[in-house]
Amino acid sequence: MTYFPAVLLFALFASTVFGITQRETPMRMFRYGLYCFSLFVGSAIVLSWLMWLIAR
Amino acid sequence: MATEENKNAAAGSGTATGTQPVPYEGFVYLPLIAGWLVPGAGHFVLGKWGRGALLAASVLGMFATGLAMHGEIGSEVHNILDILGLAGGLGSGLLYMVARAAGWGAAQAQVTTADWGTRFIWVAGLLNVIAAVDAHNLRTGRKS
Repeated sequence: MTYFPAVLLFALFASTVFGITQRETPMRMFRYGLYCFSLFVGSAIVLSWLMWLIAR
Repeated sequence: MATEENKNAAAGSGTATGTQPVPYEGFVYLPLIAGWLVPGAGHFVLGKWGRGALLAASVLGMFATGLAMHGEIGSEVHNILDILGLAGGLGSGLLYMVARAAGWGAAQAQVTTADWGTRFIWVAGLLNVIAAVDAHNLRTGRKS
């Protein structure tokens, strides 16, 4: 497995648990899970580009 | 109104908020312990089947991905980080104990992704602790 699928899986599992445990209604759980997922993946992409720029 | 609230508070065996009756009965720490030992079991005990199944799938998936990436199941403790890793892994409860007893996982990180796999295993344990505490909060009425 390469790094990006690993990031996606990590974000999926972690945001599922965060969504269910940190909110009370199913719709708010889903929205919070989606929010966490996008933050996980988005920050990984941004940091990766930053590291690429620094390494040049 | 106040009389009704007092009645509810007096009737509930484990009222956390004081005014809300708790619909569950039995040992108050059962969901916490069950949830720690078996991922999702804390919610199953409370009849929250959907949430329990999703939590179990997430924790098991994270743990299995860690194993598939040749993550280490902490066998030796050398420094403070190893102790923290062991604590994180133990959060998975029986899953971690069985994996350790069965000799699953790599003895040493030998491929690049193995470090990630080890972290997946640690984080699976930490997520399981969060899920178990959530089950306890449901049981005590702190969360609905």
